[in-house]
This record gives sequence, structure tokens and C-alpha cells, in this order.
Amino acid sequence: MNPTIGMLTVRVLLGRRRAWLLAALPAVLLVLTVILRFTVDESGRSDAAPHILGVLGLATVIPLLGLIAGTGAIGGEIDDGSIIYLLAKPVNRHSIVVTKLAVAAALVSALGALPVLVAGWILVGGQDNLALGYALGALVAGITYCAGFLLLAVVTRNAVVIGLIYALVWETAIGSIVPGAQTLSIQQWSMALTRIVVGDSADALDVTAAVRPQVALPLLLVVVVGSTAYAGHRLRSLRVTSAE
Amino acid sequence: MSTIEVVAASRWFGDVVALNDVSMRIAPGVTGLLGPNGAGKSTLIAMMAGFLAPSSGSVVLDGAPVWRREEVYRQIGVVPETEAAYDVVTGWTFVLAMARLQRLPDPAAAARRALELVEMSDAADREIGTYSKGMKQRVKMASALVHDPAVLLLDEPFNGMDPRQRLHLMRLLTEMGEAGRTVLFSSHILEEVEEIAGTIEVVVAGRHAASGDFRQIRRLMTERPHQFTVTSSDDRALAAAVVADGVASAVELGEVLHVQAADHGRFVHVLPVLARQHGIRLFEVAPADESLESVFAYLVGRPGGAR
Repeated sequence: MNPTIGMLTVRVLLGRRRAWLLAALPAVLLVLTVILRFTVDESGRSDAAPHILGVLGLATVIPLLGLIAGTGAIGGEIDDGSIIYLLAKPVNRHSIVVTKLAVAAALVSALGALPVLVAGWILVGGQDNLALGYALGALVAGITYCAGFLLLAVVTRNAVVIGLIYALVWETAIGSIVPGAQTLSIQQWSMALTRIVVGDSADALDVTAAVRPQVALPLLLVVVVGSTAYAGHRLRSLRVTSAE
Repeated sequence: MSTIEVVAASRWFGDVVALNDVSMRIAPGVTGLLGPNGAGKSTLIAMMAGFLAPSSGSVVLDGAPVWRREEVYRQIGVVPETEAAYDVVTGWTFVLAMARLQRLPDPAAAARRALELVEMSDAADREIGTYSKGMKQRVKMASALVHDPAVLLLDEPFNGMDPRQRLHLMRLLTEMGEAGRTVLFSSHILEEVEEIAGTIEVVVAGRHAASGDFRQIRRLMTERPHQFTVTSSDDRALAAAVVADGVASAVELGEVLHVQAADHGRFVHVLPVLARQHGIRLFEVAPADESLESVFAYLVGRPGGAR
């Protein structure tokens, strides 16, 4: 971790109105839950919660935030060449990646996981730990998306497109048609953790996950640690030259 | 005192050879890396700065390779050609951050000193995005100087500078060279390079074309035969007349007439006389090769020119 790189990353990520655009995503989630709070009765809200928190929160807001924060934490600097100012320093390349991941993960936690927690609380209060469960799922998913998309941004200039295709096409569209695809889905792995927190009432509430927690947790760890380590490795030999 | 040595270094990107078997030694003082656009100057600087591995050969700084060694950046300062430099932060924040990343004992003092050196103290509180090209160049320079490096590598540093800024940077580089630092900058403009560089390395089409002080390089460039393209009412007759006179060392008749003359002054004097004698009307006489690219092409093409 390097505080100076952290500061620069925050400034780049949130600079120039980008902060407002990022805040729009959780705002949609919160506005919708507030409307539901005042228009739908308690049992209706309880039924709606897994859909709002799961589909809108964990399956939409979180991957999009993870994509923007994960790729934005390093992709912009690689694209415009300013990464050269970090690379021309006696700074360990892995610490650059870890710092940028920490900033991106903090952003997704603040603008993603926290709003999911608040939204869940507004909808159902403390019922069945739903709010807490989805918030934990969102937190873990957010960190994992950030790590994966950050690696993508180091490896390819098309990180945003590939990331979008993964999150929207693979996880959401293909995942809902081909059940097997769900076993390779950050969203489903994270839902396995949500199920643990929600506990026995998970099935009744329709909180589902395609994989068991014993499988999900190692996979999440492998993606976070593996992506971060490999991104640092790739950064060591990143080709920085305008002469091509 | 530090020395960079490039030893038989080549670099290719897929099928494209960007640098072809280049060897040179950059000693303390100011060295100019001269060559037309696309000659491989940036590739060479990127290799010296440790941002690019040579496909074959090696680049060493004081005997140790620069590739994949982060510690070399305590000794090296880099001013990249790319214009982007954290546009959303102020010049002060940027240079201070660079000082911190160098782990200097007193980063604030170092940042202040570097900004003063490039005369950017007054504008330091403005966002870099609001700077002119020349100001950006100077802030980039401050960021590279902040840790007082023994080696300074600058890729096209004079691009986008106005004459006053240019003079200031030239003075700065000269002072650094005199102080025993190893300063290397690239340029495609001969006048820029010969103004301040004690040594000039010429790179053309990925090859090391020439090396020497500015007098030697200047002589190589001016003592070459001159090319002219001529169009007239009767190119064939004019070609015959020019050859018969002996003023041309070579003539090529195509859609237009290409003449190569060893003596520039005599050729422009004799040509109209010959035309009148033979009743030929001259439509156009143009020096074909006054562009720097053709000068470089000549340097590479001359026998024993490329090494």
C-alpha cells in the first residue's frame, strides 16, 4: 500500500464529475426502495427484497461499479500514458496494484455495499438478516469484481467492453438460460455467502446460489489473490512507449 | 557520474523492426538523439528508461541492466513525450507526489526546488489540465528533476514550447550537463540539437546512422550532393545538356527530371544558361531533398554510413 498512489488514484477516479455519475447508480437503488417502502405493505416488501437487493443491487449496481472502479483505477492512466510517472519510481509494482485495488474496493463498498445495506434496512428492517446478507454478498462481490477488472485493465485496452460482456452477457443473460454458466459467476459465488448470513429461511425467501459456500469461498479468494498478483506481475513488464 | 550503455540492442514489435542492432554510449554531458519521426528514438529512450526490454542485446546503466529493476529510478529521471500527467491535480500536488514516491527525506522542499528550477512556482496551484503545452512540459520536467537524478532522459522535450521556454530549457539542460549529469534528449530538429548537445547520435530507420559532435554531423549533412527536380519544355534535351556540361553527377529522366549536383551554387547558376542556349523553357526547379528526412536517408545510404 502506498498512500501517495492512493491519493492520486482517488483524484483520478473521482475527478471531473465522475463522482456524481458513480453516485447515480446507488441513488437509483435507494430511490426505488424508498418508493416501495411507502407504497407496498410489509409482506409484499419481504417478497420483493431478494429481487431488489439481488437483481438490482448485487447483479447490476455492484458489477457496474466494480467495472468502473476496477478498470478506472488504472486503465485511464495506462491509456493516456501517465502510468509512466508511477512506473518511473523506485516503487514495487505489486504495491501499485494493491493500492489501486484498495481504492477501487473502498469506492465500491461505499457506493455499492453500503447502499445495499441501507436499502435492505429500508425494505425489511432486520428481518432474517436479509439486509446484512445481501450487503456482505455485495461487499465480497465488489472486491472480487474490482480485482478481476483491474487485471483486465492491465492486460487489455478493451477492459471495459470485455468486462461489460462478462457481467451482463455471461453472468446475467447466459447465466439465466444455461444454469451451468452460473458456477463461473462472481455474483453466484457471493450469493453463497449471502445465504449463509440469511440462514435457514434462505430457501423460503428465494435467496438462491448456484454453488455451495465451500466452493464459492475458495474461488473468490483465488480470483482476488490471483488477479492481483498477476496484475502486479504484468505491470512489471508493461510496455510503455509512444513509439509504435 | 553515470553512463548508459546500449549494446547491440534490437527491438521488434511483431514483424516491425523498430531498432536494429544499435550500440551507443551516453556519457555525462548533454547528448542529442537526432532522427526523423518514426526513426526509433522513442523506442530507444524507452529502452534506456527501463520501460521496454530489448528483443536482443542489452541496455545497462553503470554496468547494471535497467530492465525490470525499479531501483534504477533513483538515478534516472524521465520526461516522457506523452502529454497526459494527472490533469485533475495541481502542479504542486503532482510534483510533491512524485517527490514522495521517490521517498525523499524532505519531499516538500524538493518539490518546491524543482518547481522553482523550471519557473513554475507561480502556476503551481493550478490544475495541470489548465496548463499550456509548454507549462505541462515544464511540470513534467520538475517531476523528473525532483530527486536530483544523475541521468535525465527527455523524449522530444522542446515540442510545443514557445521560443522563451525553449531557451530556458536549453539553458537548464546545459547547466545540468555542465554539472556532470548525463542528459539525453531526442529531437528531429538539427538546429535544436546542435545548439546544446556536445555529442549527437543520429538514428534513422531504426539504425544508428552517425555519431559525433555537431561539426562532424553538420559536415556530413552539408557535404552531400544536392537533388533537384526540374520540369521544362524539353526534359530530354535539358538532361543531355546538363550531362554534357558536367555540372550534374547524376541525372534521371522520368515524368520529371531529377538532377543530382555536387556543387549546389554552380548548378543553380549554370542551369538557366544551359536552358537558354538550347531554347528550352524552364517551368519549375525545386530542391528535392531539403527535408531532414532525405538528409537522414542520405546519411544511412552513404557507404559505411550505417553501422
